[in-house]
Amino acid sequence: MHDVALRAAGLQKRFGGLLAVSNVSIDIRAGEIHAVIGPNGAGKSTLINLLAGELLPTSGEVLLNGADITSLSPDRRARAGLGRAYQKTTLFAQFSVYENVRLAAQARSTTPLRMFGGTRCDRPYLQLVTDAIDRVGLSARSQIIADKLSHGEQRQLEIAMVLATNPRVILLDEPLAGMGPSEARGIIGLIASLKADRAVLVVEHDMDAVFELADRLTVMQDGRVIATGLPQDVRVDPGVRAAYLGADGGIA
Amino acid sequence: MSMPNLRVRLFGIACLAIAIALPFYVSTYYTQFFAKALIMGMLAMSLNLVVGHGGLVSLCHAAFFGLAGYVLALLSPRYDAASLLTTLPVAILCSGTAALLIGALVLRTRGVYFIMVTLAFGEMLFFFFHDTKFAGGSDGISINIRPEIAVAGRQLLDLDKTMTFYFVVLGFLVGVIALLTMVVRSPFGRALAAARDNERRARSLGFPIFRLRLTAFTLSGALAGLAGYLAAAQFGFVAPQMLGWHQSATILVMVLIGGLRSVTGPLVGALVLIGMEEVLKAHLDNWKLVEGLIIIGIVILLPNGVRQIWSMVFGASPQRAAEIKPAAAEARHA
Amino acid sequence: MDFITLGVQLLNAVQYGAVLFLVASGLTLVFGILGVINLAHGAFYMLGAYLAYWITLMTGSFVVALLGGVLVAFVVGILLETVFVRLLYGRDHLAQVLLSFGLILVIDEIRQVLFGKDVHAVAPPAWLSGSIQLTDNLSYPVYRLAICVFCLMAALAIFFVIARTKIGMIVRAGSENREMARVLGIKFDRVNRYVFAAGIALAALGGILIAPISTVFPGMGDGMLILSFVVVVLGGIGSVGGAAVGALLIGLTDTFGKVFFPSVSSILIYVLMAVVLLWRPSGILGRQDA
Repeated sequence: MHDVALRAAGLQKRFGGLLAVSNVSIDIRAGEIHAVIGPNGAGKSTLINLLAGELLPTSGEVLLNGADITSLSPDRRARAGLGRAYQKTTLFAQFSVYENVRLAAQARSTTPLRMFGGTRCDRPYLQLVTDAIDRVGLSARSQIIADKLSHGEQRQLEIAMVLATNPRVILLDEPLAGMGPSEARGIIGLIASLKADRAVLVVEHDMDAVFELADRLTVMQDGRVIATGLPQDVRVDPGVRAAYLGADGGIA
Repeated sequence: MSMPNLRVRLFGIACLAIAIALPFYVSTYYTQFFAKALIMGMLAMSLNLVVGHGGLVSLCHAAFFGLAGYVLALLSPRYDAASLLTTLPVAILCSGTAALLIGALVLRTRGVYFIMVTLAFGEMLFFFFHDTKFAGGSDGISINIRPEIAVAGRQLLDLDKTMTFYFVVLGFLVGVIALLTMVVRSPFGRALAAARDNERRARSLGFPIFRLRLTAFTLSGALAGLAGYLAAAQFGFVAPQMLGWHQSATILVMVLIGGLRSVTGPLVGALVLIGMEEVLKAHLDNWKLVEGLIIIGIVILLPNGVRQIWSMVFGASPQRAAEIKPAAAEARHA
Repeated sequence: MDFITLGVQLLNAVQYGAVLFLVASGLTLVFGILGVINLAHGAFYMLGAYLAYWITLMTGSFVVALLGGVLVAFVVGILLETVFVRLLYGRDHLAQVLLSFGLILVIDEIRQVLFGKDVHAVAPPAWLSGSIQLTDNLSYPVYRLAICVFCLMAALAIFFVIARTKIGMIVRAGSENREMARVLGIKFDRVNRYVFAAGIALAALGGILIAPISTVFPGMGDGMLILSFVVVVLGGIGSVGGAAVGALLIGLTDTFGKVFFPSVSSILIYVLMAVVLLWRPSGILGRQDA
């Protein structure tokens, strides 16, 4: 049941003299939400960029369902079933909500670059588009230009786009960043529902959300993994308390 | 992206009707003039696939235009007409191949590098024809007899006739508009536009950006080849200037005047610019000075082309406004 | 080829590269600091050469032409920045390309009106007009050596400005750190104006220096613009060190290409550029993060 969908082994990333990610190994299992936490500058974003392929590791490897994808470009990884949402909202700002999601689905359709016929010919994936928009609750806003959406709606759209690519593994970089509590509630529920048949990795600062969502936790500091395991075990890990949580005065 | 509404369609049909009727009412000189303007419009539309829809400012488009012209000139027998049915595909193929090879190199770069590298490779082709003797060097070469379509020795189409040539150009133009409209609305065209809007996101969704852009670049170069072939056939002469970067920049001006977001906008831009040059040349000695100032004025005042004048005078329809605003917003960052 | 001939060719390559560096460093500075791509850069090189011709003709002194030409270019640069170029900050590349293309047409016509379209020659100053006898039948013009020395000094001055001054700090910080520099209290309006004018002046200076060893003709700016672009692409954009490396590479490739592969020499620099693009798409000293 809990197969490893995405595995990183001994990942290392060096920027000049700085070792941003140092010997990080992590297993993301299907059907689980795996949260990565850690103070600012711990290397979480670098890790997600290494997993998504926007950065290439100095050493180490990344396996997707057992296949080595360490040197694949981001678009090849996406076609292999890896989806991601960005920390800073990264949309097609001048396109409508529907078109944003439709493009996401098109990228994973059987003929993503067909040069003839309109965009409405492929019935199967258009269904995927409406489903994804429904699921994040943007149906009523589907003709609005993405630029005009509220911040919370843009985060919802990000997730709809990831859903429309129908990925096996989802990487979410701070999905709750800049959201009010009520907006966050909706997104938390949405993220919780994602894991049904997928593996989800989420980097997040909001500790309440992390402990509510995560089936498994990895704590990073200074580019290293200092603890990994079930949330209740990590919570009491003395190393974590000293290095990270202690500084915040403990956790909920 | 809705289907064109009835008004747009009627407008298109009216324009086509005027274009068909035109040569029966104007002198031979103006028939030739409009044929030339339509060819330049075709060229500008082909460039806009890369610039407007792909978001890549290419400065080597004239190289593909001129290359096809040279292919026709080199394939034309001295005392006989070349066959359009064989020489045209060869010319388009050559331009397309050149675009594929140059594109494979230049598309490794971004932004301002892309501009400089396209300019440099375009000039490479310019110097190739300028410095080597086989194609007449800096003097260029003539095409003594225009190509024809003949079957079993019977001539079906003779491009030497002004009227025939005009209608051949018009026919190709309609074909190019249809092709580009289809491509722009297809999943391919949408993906191309998406990569213009946000390259990083398009890649993370799984679009192969390099292949996407290389395909557009190649198609655009091949269509420039079609225009170059027709231009060479019309002038009966090709020279290195046809490939030069001043030509490339002039086509870019047409694109900007016509507006970046539509298929036929650059055609309007070409008609406006060539019409303006015609008037300036007739009345002024230093017409290029005025043209330069007008170009500067357009860049500063009308970042969205002449359509902006239209919308300032008549007020923009909501859909138009939505199209115009993003273009202005894009002009601000990038 | 013996050592002396080789040495002469090497000097030619360095001298060619040195002038290229001056012009290209102006281009790369303007882009690096202002974020503006200026296609009219070559036109100012051409204008510099014509100014050298005209001022030498009027005053009889090349030194006056040198100083006067650079001054005129600098003033024109300040005027242009104030009137046109400032409108381009933050506009897209297309607008920058086309506005500077419009400028080229305007400058070309102004040159036409002021100086005509004839090809001219300019005499170097008398005290630099001799040659150094290397062997019995081989000599090297003093003026070419003087160019090398002069460009070397100019290059040192540019590097000094970048390493030691406030303007240089902004250059080093790169355009993406402008916010930081703004916080530190740097007035960008003035910096922009002077950098643009200095860039133009460097282009004109290149044209003035080249006038006595080349002919002065209307199309000379276009060729130089392309070469400067290739230099910048080779070296990496915004990097003055990169411009030096790129200019030297082009000088060597072009000079020795003409000696060893005369039939394809005009294509060689583009081959070099293609190789660098395949190897390091952001230039030899550019940041490889694109």
